[in-house]
Amino acid sequence: MSIRKLWDRHSHSPALFIVFFVFMALLPTLLDLGKAAGGGIAWLDMLNKIGISAALALSLNLILGQTGLFHMGHTAFFAVGAYATAILNTLYGWPVFHTLPVAGLLAALAGLAVALPIIRLRGDYLLIVTVGIVEIVRIALTNNIFDLTGGANGIYGISRPVIFGMVFNTPKLQYYLIWAFTAFSVFFFYRLEHSRFGRALCFIKADEIAAAGCGINVALCKLTAFTLGACFAGMAGTLYAANIRTIEPSSFNFYESVILFAIVILGGAGSIAGVLLGSFLLIGLQDLFRDFQSARMLFFGSAMVAMMIFRPQGLIPRQGGPKLACEIPLLPAPEQLEDASKGDVSDGKKDGGRDAFPA
Amino acid sequence: MLSLHNLHKNFGGLLAVSDVSFTVTAGMIVGLIGPNGAGKTTVFNLITGNYKPDGGEIFFCGKKISGLPTHEIVSLGIARTFQNIRLFSDMTVLENSLAGRHCRMRSGVLSALFRPPRMLREEKDAVKQALHELTYVGLETRHAQKAGNLSYGEQRLLEIARALATQPKFLILDEPAGGMNDAETESLMRLIRSIRNRGIAVLLIEHDMNLVMRLCDRLVVLEHGAMLAQGSPEEIKNNEEVIRAYLGAGD
Ligand SMILES: Nc1ncnc2c1ncn2[C@@H]1O[C@H](COP(=O)(O)OP(=O)(O)OP(=O)(O)O)[C@@H](O)[C@H]1O
Ligand SMILES: [Mg+2]
Repeated sequence: MSIRKLWDRHSHSPALFIVFFVFMALLPTLLDLGKAAGGGIAWLDMLNKIGISAALALSLNLILGQTGLFHMGHTAFFAVGAYATAILNTLYGWPVFHTLPVAGLLAALAGLAVALPIIRLRGDYLLIVTVGIVEIVRIALTNNIFDLTGGANGIYGISRPVIFGMVFNTPKLQYYLIWAFTAFSVFFFYRLEHSRFGRALCFIKADEIAAAGCGINVALCKLTAFTLGACFAGMAGTLYAANIRTIEPSSFNFYESVILFAIVILGGAGSIAGVLLGSFLLIGLQDLFRDFQSARMLFFGSAMVAMMIFRPQGLIPRQGGPKLACEIPLLPAPEQLEDASKGDVSDGKKDGGRDAFPA
Repeated sequence: MLSLHNLHKNFGGLLAVSDVSFTVTAGMIVGLIGPNGAGKTTVFNLITGNYKPDGGEIFFCGKKISGLPTHEIVSLGIARTFQNIRLFSDMTVLENSLAGRHCRMRSGVLSALFRPPRMLREEKDAVKQALHELTYVGLETRHAQKAGNLSYGEQRLLEIARALATQPKFLILDEPAGGMNDAETESLMRLIRSIRNRGIAVLLIEHDMNLVMRLCDRLVVLEHGAMLAQGSPEEIKNNEEVIRAYLGAGD
């Protein structure tokens, strides 16, 4: 079996995800060893940023990659979550960790409210409306809506998350918290993809009318996907607020939405592994190129054009169609079937078992 | 079983369906015929909720279904195939058939997360059923192939399998023999009779008069969106107006 085939077969397997997250769990320790040997960059801060973006991109992937809804306003829900945490924490004294479900819930509600009127829009129309939503949210935050958001200066002094008396006050502890959430997101969205709901999204993406003809409630599925995606974006917002402790409207601008969109499309729409890789590349490189602001955009532009020409399906394209939760053993092995169907092409058409039904 | 009452549908001034009423009783194969552009497919789209009627009502098993969304109509037991085949062509044959099982399954987002035994059992049953319908139409040996790679005739059969997988009481076929050769058409006729014998009423559109006359218990003739005649194949064959409008022009 060629390496290519091996990769295609296993690049999306749970085993590979587990290996990846075990590696990520060991990474800070490895970095410590590296630092002892004389490394200097703030790797952990960058990895934290990547982790949050990965979780956020995974939630967008459900909407954009799996369902095929062109949604470019995901930062809006991220902002709702981050501000929910910031406000509840600084003004009402809630512990950061307690704000997580509230942030998720509020973002989900915002997602639902946005999606309800626009869910029936197609492709480019949806894109334009969702672009508008980011701007609306950002401008509302800048203008100190409800006198809670602190205007253009934002909110500062968000406290550290505390879980069972343990304060997550170092980048390393933050790292574990963030990547635990990212791991949970992968688990959640993986299971979702391998379920009746995930398959419905897959059918909807392929052909809405045929999907409805199969009895799939297209509008409800899209709405659910949108709301769930927004919910996870909101929870990622909590982690973000707790990580950088100062949030301002300009962090949730249109540019960030575009980057997220690019992570999903360049990584591989609908592919969890692809989205993870995309987050590393786009956020990581963006961080490394920080000193070359102008060259950065040039680099992104060229990378995106090159990708669209040479690998339009993304870096790690999604494999196969709708996914079952488990392998069904009642089917003959694929090799066997390939042989059977090969024999069939030439002459099997007439009978092909069609006489199985009574005349 | 299914009854249409004074259905109307216009597309920006064009009266595609006007005052169409007929009923289909259980255990029947009914043919809907008429020249190109007569409004046959539009009638199907009205029945399955793809279009909303501008006037008139549709009842299925005593329940008013006009105005309901498509997925609810499918759940009530009406399945269809499409004139311009609408398979998920990048997916395998089995996955296409499995799509039809969706509306008979219950698992939601929570069971996706926790995977209770009930959900896994349901999934296994769905695959079994999907494979069963493939076997029924004679495509089981191809279940791992891409639907888009099937021959035209086989794609039509796969659409029927997918429709049957929704466990319909009533099956609507839009030009099922389109693109089939003679042998395939013969075999299709046996398949449709067999479906009827399973207790599923069939309503079909077909231009192949030989098939229609031999297969159908009743015929409904449309022309320019209006009903021209209905009756047994014998009656239709001898109906002056039908001969003038349809058979004469067609042959
Ligand atoms: N969505 C639509 N918008 C506008 N006009 C339509 C639409 N669908 C159908 N029509 C028109 O309605 C008329 C009836 O179309 P329909 O497809 O029902 O005919 P048909 O009897 O199925 O024809 P055929 O035998 O060619 O399939 C045609 O004149 C067609 O152009
Ligand atoms: Mg038609």
